[in-house]
Amino acid sequence: MTPVLFVAVALAGGLGATLRLVVDGGVRARVRTALPVGTLLINVVGSLLLGLITGLALALWLPGAWHLVLGGGLLGGFTTFSTASYESVRLAQDRRSLSALFNGFGMLALSVGCSFFGLWLGLGG
Amino acid sequence: MAVPNDRSRPVHLRWHHLALVFAGGTVGTALRELLAISVPPVAGVTVSIAAINIVGAFLLGLLLETLARRGPDEGRRRQLRLLLGTGVLGGFTTYSALATDTSLLLADSRLGTALLYALGTVLVGAAASWAGIGASGALHRRRPDHREAVAR
Repeated sequence: MTPVLFVAVALAGGLGATLRLVVDGGVRARVRTALPVGTLLINVVGSLLLGLITGLALALWLPGAWHLVLGGGLLGGFTTFSTASYESVRLAQDRRSLSALFNGFGMLALSVGCSFFGLWLGLGG
Repeated sequence: MAVPNDRSRPVHLRWHHLALVFAGGTVGTALRELLAISVPPVAGVTVSIAAINIVGAFLLGLLLETLARRGPDEGRRRQLRLLLGTGVLGGFTTYSALATDTSLLLADSRLGTALLYALGTVLVGAAASWAGIGASGALHRRRPDHREAVAR
């Protein structure tokens, strides 16, 4: 990876993290539930888009450098594992077992399902 | 035309908060890319991403619990949460790579490896978050703040 590409990936990650703050804040202001739906939405949509971009790159429709900047950078910074994991544990500690289980395993199943669908689309369906 | 007062805007739309998260997210993503480049996949599994997510989950639990124990989410504590938590650790860890690497294993008909990688990351990650929260509590008990020390 060239230094310029590395810097581009890192800055795209900064932009992705900023988008995450805006989207999560916007969802929090509109939806009031115990389940942190902002992080859920961000991770599911980000996984769908990374699947799509990865499929497009594997099908050689998208140059490898763009896959790195948009995938590892923008979507890598947009989606987050640490917050999702922390929120699941806090739900469990608050004895909201169903919400905790859904936040852990439901988010995983939805994200993998959406990413698989995106991958299939990107590879040409 | 009057410049709108930044303090009247919601937290997630204030310019200095956006700047803190952007700076932290850039650093976190750079660290993740460095590790992802340096550590090769093992049997087609990106172990670097699994390790990054688990370590990041521990550190976020430690950070958020430590900040919460020190007082309400405002001023310098909120700035640290946005820079280090939402920014650095949010950008360092990633969910899209976890989901897509699992999808690639599934597309390769490696069901057992896909399940082990995905469920393993989520379960060990949850244990790590829990341990991070607990470690903050243990540190806090060992070093009581000044007021508590005087009260004794």
